[in-house]
Amino acid sequence: MNNTKLDKKSIEMRKQIVSMMACAGRGHPASAFSLVEILRVLYDDILKYNPKKPKWDKRDRFILSKGHGCLALYVVLAEKGFFPKKELEKFCAFDGLLGGHPEILTPGIEASTGSLGHGLSIGLGMAINAKFEKSNHKVFVVLGDGETDEGSVWEAALCAGKHKLDNLIVILDYNKVQSYGLVSYVQNLEPIADKWKSFGFEVREVDGHNLNELKKVFSQIPFTKGKPSMIICHTVKGKGVSFMEGNAKWHHVKPKPEELKKIYKALEV
Amino acid sequence: MRKTALNEVFELAKKHKKVFFIGSDLGAGTLNDFREQIPERFLLEGIYEQNIIGMAAGLALEGKVVYINSIATFLTRRCFDQNILDLGLHNVNVRIIANGGGLVYAPLGPTHEAIEDIAIMKTIPNMTVIAPADAQEMKKLIPLTLEYKGPIYIRMGKGYDPIVTDKETPFVIGKAYPMRKGSDALILTTGITLRLALEAADELAKYGIKTSVIHVPTIKPLDKKTILKHAEKIHIIVTVEEHIKIGGFGSAISELLCEANFAKPKKFKMIGIPDEFPENYGSQDLLMEHYGISTKGLVKAVKDLKGK
Repeated sequence: MNNTKLDKKSIEMRKQIVSMMACAGRGHPASAFSLVEILRVLYDDILKYNPKKPKWDKRDRFILSKGHGCLALYVVLAEKGFFPKKELEKFCAFDGLLGGHPEILTPGIEASTGSLGHGLSIGLGMAINAKFEKSNHKVFVVLGDGETDEGSVWEAALCAGKHKLDNLIVILDYNKVQSYGLVSYVQNLEPIADKWKSFGFEVREVDGHNLNELKKVFSQIPFTKGKPSMIICHTVKGKGVSFMEGNAKWHHVKPKPEELKKIYKALEV
Repeated sequence: MRKTALNEVFELAKKHKKVFFIGSDLGAGTLNDFREQIPERFLLEGIYEQNIIGMAAGLALEGKVVYINSIATFLTRRCFDQNILDLGLHNVNVRIIANGGGLVYAPLGPTHEAIEDIAIMKTIPNMTVIAPADAQEMKKLIPLTLEYKGPIYIRMGKGYDPIVTDKETPFVIGKAYPMRKGSDALILTTGITLRLALEAADELAKYGIKTSVIHVPTIKPLDKKTILKHAEKIHIIVTVEEHIKIGGFGSAISELLCEANFAKPKKFKMIGIPDEFPENYGSQDLLMEHYGISTKGLVKAVKDLKGK
């Protein structure tokens, strides 16, 4: 298990995720917790964007293909000013902006995801367009590990290699747990790095909760000219809350108020 | 029809930089001129329809108009989730030009027969579904797709289908076209069965049955106004389609007619493929005849309803 210590901000972001779940009465907390540091580094240090002009044409495109991790993304987008923070309190509400999976109607969301295995192909189209327009912006796509069971992911991987899309960066949130249980039990992905290499990607592996490691690896893209990049982020499902870590039970939950309090408390330890 | 459609896409691409083309492992030599002259917007891709629909959506989200060509069954069934979410939900300007709608690939069997494409594509919100009757109509249609909002599914016939539409009549997406006028019966048709409907109307005239024919190339959105205006006055109504009867063209018309709650009841029949996979091979024409999707079948249906 990954022992990287979370700083104050990472804990604070997780607390916001817990508050959002209190409003909806449901969510995918563990899938969001594994993503927090990846998104934090991307939006703090790497991506080019303008929250006041979310469709600015030179922006980097970011697609959360594992749409069920959206709680973490919403917290980041609100903090950056894409929409008012009070929207977070209306997560999954009838008249809310933010649903249980990301939708393009929300400022800052580039593609509606939720059904797994869609985001990489959409990102691929965007990356081909960027090359055609001779624009320097990049396309980032985050995949879940369970998501890569989908054949469409590998269709897109074949195609990305063929088009030599070095402006396409795929990030694997490799938290090793999917809905039923361990990825290694449900559908083993190993040797995962070799698979992506053989599809034409330049692959790096990092600790997906270590801010410095993430910053360093993102600052090196593209790793090789003419090749798409794959960053395998070794993460922990439910990272930050001891009883959630690596526990498939917390993939999607409808927690009782006292359970939410327990998570909150555990985050403060 | 296919050659005309692809040539028109090439013509559009020459004039407009926002036009992209994606082919999925097409026949050798298809659109060679396009590939040679505009290689950066001619994407010849592998046999991965899910990926093609997704990448087309990605290009379209960036403002491009993307034309995709392959066989109808593969572009509808294989990537249905992508059709719904990547195209429908994102409401992007992607045009699927689908080869071999209906029973065109009869000799190749059920894997290649697109007999439910209209049904499944028209369930997708934002999706427009069009089945032109001939190459002449296709030639008018393709230029209109450049500025049309949202995804379009275009069903193609076999190729070299006889020209039956009127050369002078302008084409409008979403419009139905009265082709024959008669007060005794009404035949509604979409796609290449227009020829059969026109022949049936001529044949029925010999028996003194004056038959209207309305060609409905755009199955969704349906030109309700034109259809209801004619249907209201005519007692006998028959639909014909090269498609299963469940959820297809006839089904859309029957829903429309039922909800119209006409003062006087109608006599109504749908001609199409029943709820089964075709078990025979042969040719498109032979299979259509087998299911009564024929001039003879139409004449019989009208006469039966008329009680003659």
